[in-house]
Amino acid sequence: MGSRASTLLRDEELEEIKKETGSASGFLLHELGEDNYQNSLSHPSTREVSHSQITRLYSRFTSLDKGENGTLSREDFQRIPELAINPLGDRIINAFFPEGEDQVNFRGFMRTLAHFRPIEDNEKSKDVNGPEPLNSRSNKLHFAFRLYDLDKDDKISRDELLQVLRMMVGVNISDEQLGSIADRTIQEADQDGDSAISFTEFVKVLEKVDVEQKMSIRFLH
Amino acid sequence: MDGTELAGQILYTWLTLVFGLILLPSAFGVSLGISEIYMKILVKTLEWATLRIETGVAKQSALKNSASIGIIQRDESPMEKGLSGLRGRDFELSDVFYFSKKGLEAIVEDEVTQRFSSEELVSWNLLTRTNVNFQYVSPRLTAVWVLGVIVRYCVLLPLRCVSPGLLFPSPGDLPDSGIEPGLKNLLSELVHLTCCRICVRKGGICVANHTSPIDVLILTTDGCYTMVGQVHGGLMGIIQRAMVKACPHVWFERSEMKDRHLVVKRLKEHIAHKKELPILIFPEGTCINNTSVMMFKKGSFEIGGTIHPVAIKVRQIIHSHTPPCQRHYLLRVMTSWAIVCDVWYMPPMTREEGEDAVQFANRVKSAIAVQGGLTELPWDGGLKRAKVKDAFKEEQMVVSTSSCQRWNPRCPFWLLLVQH
Repeated sequence: MGSRASTLLRDEELEEIKKETGSASGFLLHELGEDNYQNSLSHPSTREVSHSQITRLYSRFTSLDKGENGTLSREDFQRIPELAINPLGDRIINAFFPEGEDQVNFRGFMRTLAHFRPIEDNEKSKDVNGPEPLNSRSNKLHFAFRLYDLDKDDKISRDELLQVLRMMVGVNISDEQLGSIADRTIQEADQDGDSAISFTEFVKVLEKVDVEQKMSIRFLH
Repeated sequence: MDGTELAGQILYTWLTLVFGLILLPSAFGVSLGISEIYMKILVKTLEWATLRIETGVAKQSALKNSASIGIIQRDESPMEKGLSGLRGRDFELSDVFYFSKKGLEAIVEDEVTQRFSSEELVSWNLLTRTNVNFQYVSPRLTAVWVLGVIVRYCVLLPLRCVSPGLLFPSPGDLPDSGIEPGLKNLLSELVHLTCCRICVRKGGICVANHTSPIDVLILTTDGCYTMVGQVHGGLMGIIQRAMVKACPHVWFERSEMKDRHLVVKRLKEHIAHKKELPILIFPEGTCINNTSVMMFKKGSFEIGGTIHPVAIKVRQIIHSHTPPCQRHYLLRVMTSWAIVCDVWYMPPMTREEGEDAVQFANRVKSAIAVQGGLTELPWDGGLKRAKVKDAFKEEQMVVSTSSCQRWNPRCPFWLLLVQH
């Protein structure tokens, strides 16, 4: 029911989420924490817009939450058919859940979604002393890196690359071919000779790719 | 007069009014226009109420149109563009971007799961659902809402429960010992006649899109059918069993439906008797929320014979359209103001030469969707209950850009895969 959406999302939570995820442009972002909480840069015009975006996303969150306990589990995500057929579906779902946890609340949900917010022009020339926004190019690349790096050792090993290749490419390619593709990819990216791709090497390989466009979802107001 | 006598008097007056002014004329196909007047009053009140909400809180007008627009603008670019653009390369590290973006888009907004939740209303229907956050706006509005609750729960609900019970007791429930068998048959015939006006299309199959369990009630007010459907428990189950005693219906367990030959056999037997009533089938297999038409299961279309499509669309403004087939569904229906729906009876269609059951099913589905103004979706309604089969996931893997097999949930190849 529509009335649930707003009464359960209190105004203070709304503000915190707005700050964290920068849904309205011109906000400074803060890491997840209850202390720092200054809203001096808010613009009234953008506040209206972001309020509705967050409310709609909260409606979406509650409609996915079949257990109605305010958190999503992996099964809730797997119930989305378009996600279930996505070759990287399981990896994407894992990206929502913090280390070792099985439930994600709305703030965690928004944090992960925030990676896909488009980078707006007036954000580029922002105060560089503040913490980096979640949707910066570097953080977007980090998100993609984590899709490969299963064991979270900050390296993409040959095995991890093979796993992702197998998921995306399917059963029609033989293991040898897959192995050679993986080897070639590592060879081209690897600079320090450890037969694995570190995050810096990953960034270097993708420096010509328009990450901002490929990893952004445009929200309608 | 004391309380009970007064209540009895009111009840008696109401029943006479209802019977005399509404039921009896409608049994003979005549309408006295009372329902129309009721609807007009209702619509006027609700429009006033919606305006009050909107003027009360300034920013709500911006949200009025957002109900029909999506949350995000989906990137419809084909996969070739999304994956590595460099020629001659099989795989790039950046290929994950495309899939992760598609995945996130699906998480935020996908076509399927939102069809199973209740449709968003544009204006408030004085029940619990509203397009905007339900806030305290003005004392007058709250008073109207409270009045509405009282009317719905204390007046409409008891009368709706009582009226059918009193006027149309199921002949099947009469004890055998007390009444002669002949009389029972006569009563059964009488019930048939009073609740059916027109009985056309003998021996055919009617298919309709499914919006709620009360679809059958809506359609039976216009004609008699033999139903094919899922056995329910609870109150619905009692109603179903009562209906079986009056007319021969075919109730199944959904798990039994997997044995498609059994279904087809029983339906074929039924059609073979020309005198039997037409069969009513809802090929989607489950309740969809009135915005779209999902995949039609091909089983009903394999039987042969003429198909008479029927399109049903419930007009949203008055009806409390809760997510269908949920608990307390009947209660919510009984306490809503009114149900207004459009039913279109369409010309019959038959299977053409060289058309298999799946294509025929899609043709009928398109016709119904166009007529009812609903969106057409290739997805299977069964996804409400079951997860996507793993086999489909494997089929959808993309091979490197140099080979074939594109992955695109909207392409016709995928369509064929979904239809088991």
